[in-house]
Amino acid sequence: MAALSIRTLSKRYANLEVLKGIDLDIESGEFTVLVGPSGCGKSTLLNIVAGLDRPSEGTVEIGGRVVNDIPPKDRDIAMVFQSYALYPSMTVRQNITFGMECRHVPKAEQEKALTNVARLLQIEPLLDRKPSQLSGGQRQRVAMGRALVRDPLLFLFDEPLSNLDAKLRVEMRMEIKRLHQRIGATIVYVTHDQIEAMTMATRIAVMHRGVVQQFADPDTVYRYPANLFVARFMGSPPMNTMPARLEADASGLVAVIGAGRPDEVRLRLQGYDAAAPFVGREVVFGIRPECIAEGSRVFSGDAPIVVNAPVEMVEPTGAETIVLLRLGGESALARITPDIRPTPGTPAAFALDTRRICLFNPETERLIA
Amino acid sequence: MRDRTFAPSRMLIYLVVSLFAAAYLAPLAVVVLNSLRTNEEIAQASMIGWPKQLAWRNYAAAWSGFCVAETCAGIRPYMLNSVLVTIPATIFSTILGAIAGYAVSLWRFRGDNWIYGIVTLGLFLPQQMRLLPWTIVLRDIGLINTLTGLVLIHTIQGLSFTVLFCRNYYVAIPHELIRAARIDGAGFFRIFWRIILPLSAPILIVTVIWQFTHIWNEFLYGVTFTTGQQQPVTAALIALSAAIADIPQHGVQSAAVIIAALPTLLIYLLGGRYFVRGLTAGAVK
Repeated sequence: MAALSIRTLSKRYANLEVLKGIDLDIESGEFTVLVGPSGCGKSTLLNIVAGLDRPSEGTVEIGGRVVNDIPPKDRDIAMVFQSYALYPSMTVRQNITFGMECRHVPKAEQEKALTNVARLLQIEPLLDRKPSQLSGGQRQRVAMGRALVRDPLLFLFDEPLSNLDAKLRVEMRMEIKRLHQRIGATIVYVTHDQIEAMTMATRIAVMHRGVVQQFADPDTVYRYPANLFVARFMGSPPMNTMPARLEADASGLVAVIGAGRPDEVRLRLQGYDAAAPFVGREVVFGIRPECIAEGSRVFSGDAPIVVNAPVEMVEPTGAETIVLLRLGGESALARITPDIRPTPGTPAAFALDTRRICLFNPETERLIA
Repeated sequence: MRDRTFAPSRMLIYLVVSLFAAAYLAPLAVVVLNSLRTNEEIAQASMIGWPKQLAWRNYAAAWSGFCVAETCAGIRPYMLNSVLVTIPATIFSTILGAIAGYAVSLWRFRGDNWIYGIVTLGLFLPQQMRLLPWTIVLRDIGLINTLTGLVLIHTIQGLSFTVLFCRNYYVAIPHELIRAARIDGAGFFRIFWRIILPLSAPILIVTVIWQFTHIWNEFLYGVTFTTGQQQPVTAALIALSAAIADIPQHGVQSAAVIIAALPTLLIYLLGGRYFVRGLTAGAVK
């Protein structure tokens, strides 16, 4: 059963169209992440699902029931906010039970639900504190407790980790994922952080300018980005994209970067038959930084493809070295092993993994192969 | 280093400041001193002078013995009138202002800014302009020359200020709190009562102090819409002056003025620091 179905949903504010015909089907138990840059409409979409905002057109179904005219409290949802939105004058205990109090749940049941959630989130010692006496991570936990205690059909998370420092963010990310695995809840999670999307989601909806650009599992989104926007948005550092010319010879397709230049790079492509109609034309050539490595790296059983390219800059991060180099005159980033530090200004050998290249149509920006 | 305390420029500043302070405090000093002098003493000497002996009976006379408008009960009944007008009007205007301020700041609805703008426009309407409309309203609902009528006027006129104060305080409260509460199933009044009101102490103190002082000190409505036994103390003080026009009773008059001013002075002394703190406080730390 679809836990959440969104049909041809759009939202306009005066002349501004924030959402343009969104269609999404989210299965029960899925962890769906809506990801996109700020202003892409992801938070508006979440607010419409929650019932805090109304769509201009289209329908929202939760658990098979159209909820367009049902107020938030009756939609069987719970929401975690970016600012946590804990009620400042109430204790943690009161914050968690406030919803049940509003729904007239008997006291004994409230107490039982509170105990369960407090144990699950390990916030038992905090129950009598006020939100102002809690650290960021503790507040985050209480905010989740307030959602969990309801045991809803659908959990909505609105950038819940954005206010935490980097270290805590990684911890809470794992904790939320673990929680999802334990209780099998259906979650819709909004973030602008593509790493959160990649690490937590079972499916990712990448949004841009009010349109869902791609809705697929993280591996597919990463490996086969539907278009240039997705390719550049997902991944850090982002995918290298550059113009290339597609040629064909007796043994197959060849992508030529910087065609005609003395330092042009010719890469033989295998398994890209879908790109055949583009032979003789320009395409956008995409290669992820991790597919460019030091010359000694062996990517596959086939003959390694090694090119000599000038190094422009070197950024050691500790775990790896990021190298800015020139491929046929075009800038590209490479991720190489940390102990190799090429000298800027001199050429070095780089191995390329040509099995994971993406080719895009330069006019439509859509993935060709 | 030279001791700056006695630098000539510094002395000059102190001198000028002291002169200003003396000028501002002079009327208060004259009234306080006269309230402790007997009539004879004031008549023989002048309006300005030290009391020869402290005439505390001026206060007793002003409070409960002196005749105003053919009733010899001092200003006590008029003080009571003022209390009966000021306290309910302060409470009503503060409660309504808090609810309205909460509505226009945290619940977006069509025309919310217009409503807020029109309500606060009341701040800029001169009092005289409102006299005629109020006369018609009070006459039509039969509340001319009643304390209830004054309570009604002050409650409604006070809304301009209380809505302004509360709205500006509540806009700093994150909207996500309201959203979270709506998902939790709380409605307009439950959210106000359980979430917003507990955060409101600083601004409610400000509005109560503001409303109390203004309603207590208000004179024009009191003197226009009430007569005789129904007057608040500010209006009665004028009647008191008129009643003793032929034989000046400056001592008793001064004592009456001080008694009438005491409630607002007390409010200021007790609540003044909360007033400043409340005006600058944020809602959520």
